[in-house]
Amino acid sequence: MIILTILAIIFIIGGIFFFTTATIGLLRFPDFYCRMHATGKGDTLGALLSLTGLAIYNLHHGFSLGTVLVSIKIMFIGMFIFLANPTATHAITKAGLDCGVEIWTKEEEVPK
Amino acid sequence: MESFFLVITLILCFLVLLCLYRGIFGPTVLDRIISVGVIGTKATVILVIIGFIYGRIDMFLDLSMVYALLNFIATLAAAKFFRHRKSILPGAQYFKEKTEK
Repeated sequence: MIILTILAIIFIIGGIFFFTTATIGLLRFPDFYCRMHATGKGDTLGALLSLTGLAIYNLHHGFSLGTVLVSIKIMFIGMFIFLANPTATHAITKAGLDCGVEIWTKEEEVPK
Repeated sequence: MESFFLVITLILCFLVLLCLYRGIFGPTVLDRIISVGVIGTKATVILVIIGFIYGRIDMFLDLSMVYALLNFIATLAAAKFFRHRKSILPGAQYFKEKTEK
């Protein structure tokens, strides 16, 4: 069962990588819509990968009814986040668009 | 594997602290709502990992599920609320701009 542990570690580290990129995007991007773009995708994929890794690690003691059910429950949380997070992103971006948040554009160079 | 989970949890907590910057100093209200949503997603994963560390995964899984549901509902409700507001600036700042005009 060492293979399952190694697979779980790979998945969790991938999830942490996407969480880190989402956080950097949230901090560094110049605009509300750009931040939404970074967090909406990076956070969803990070959560799905991390929860998949944890569900795989839960099976490393052996396959019995209890562990398989707990793994299915973890994957249910992952699938819920996978559906709910883009929906929330869409709703809040629509709210921003209706409120009239200004879109960031590159400053035009003034001709001399 | 215990220490690996501890390190992962610490990294996630550090990322939550970084996200809190946007929650405090965000220029508009919507930026703060994004920040709360991101922190909620990370907290869901942190709760599952804490369940593995303590060895009581079946209890912490329910907490994590409730956290994910509440996070989704809170973001949707906030988006619905701020959609019909006149300004997305915080209240005092909006009032100041209005009185200056």
